[in-house]
Amino acid sequence: MTDKLLIRYSYNIAANDFIAAGKGSSSIKNTLKSMGIDASTIRRIAIISYEAEINLVIHSYGGMLHCDLYENKIDIITEDKGPGIENIDLALTEGYSTATESVRELGFGAGMGLPNMKKYSDDFDIASSREGTFIKITVLLQEV
Amino acid sequence: MKIKEIKEILNAEVITDFSNENTDIKYGFASDLMSDALALVKSDSLLITGLNNSQVIRTAEMLDMSTVLFVRGKRPCPDVVSLALENQVTILSTEYTMFKACSLLAINGMEGIEADD
Ligand SMILES: Nc1ncnc2c1ncn2[C@@H]1O[C@H](COP(=O)(O)OP(=O)(O)OP(=O)(O)O)[C@@H](O)[C@H]1O
Ligand SMILES: [Mg+2]
Repeated sequence: MTDKLLIRYSYNIAANDFIAAGKGSSSIKNTLKSMGIDASTIRRIAIISYEAEINLVIHSYGGMLHCDLYENKIDIITEDKGPGIENIDLALTEGYSTATESVRELGFGAGMGLPNMKKYSDDFDIASSREGTFIKITVLLQEV
Repeated sequence: MKIKEIKEILNAEVITDFSNENTDIKYGFASDLMSDALALVKSDSLLITGLNNSQVIRTAEMLDMSTVLFVRGKRPCPDVVSLALENQVTILSTEYTMFKACSLLAINGMEGIEADD
């Protein structure tokens, strides 16, 4: 069976915690490295996961970051507690950002996070309501 | 460009150092917005930025970049330094402004990154 979940790594991501921001993705990256997955695939997953994690910190009321490992793919999943994305098409437009000035000063708000996540993925799923946003990004693993 | 040259050209202060004689960096990429870097940057490039926070180091980590350059004499605070040490990221700091630092590197042969490759 190729679609059986082998293991899930989960991280609690707090809103506005810029000190911890990136820890989850860093841990995911190191775990995948220790599994011997090729460097360029790991880099794609790390970028996706980091952008997703930062979005939870900046834009959401907090949530979970998951890394689901399957035999031939990896899913990066985020689920947050709101406030949701009003217009998903707009949010996916390169350069669109609602980041505040104080967040921009930290280096975010290019409006490139969601487009990056999509660009580096093999499959990209997003659903959002006021109760929260769910994102699932799939990266296929190379046949060795 | 060898990292040794980069240090000399920019008269850079070396804050953390994981480089060696052979560390070679082909491209430069300058931005204060980390998602711009995450969109385009290749691992054999230098991230040049006016920021000095831990997200710069995280960005380098995610991209497998060995070296970041802080311009305008910015220096990192201790928790940024320890994150760089943990992730073996070399931090250079130069007094030059962003444009000046970039032009000095460019006239000495460092390449930019094409947006469409
Ligand atoms: N988890 C989320 N919850 C609520 N809104 C979100 C969430 N993720 C993204 N958004 C909205 O979508 C917009 C675009 O997100 P995107 O990640 O592309 O850019 P950004 O985070 O603003 O800037 P960058 O990622 O380039 O630093 C955000 O500005 C925000 O309005
Ligand atoms: Mg973002």
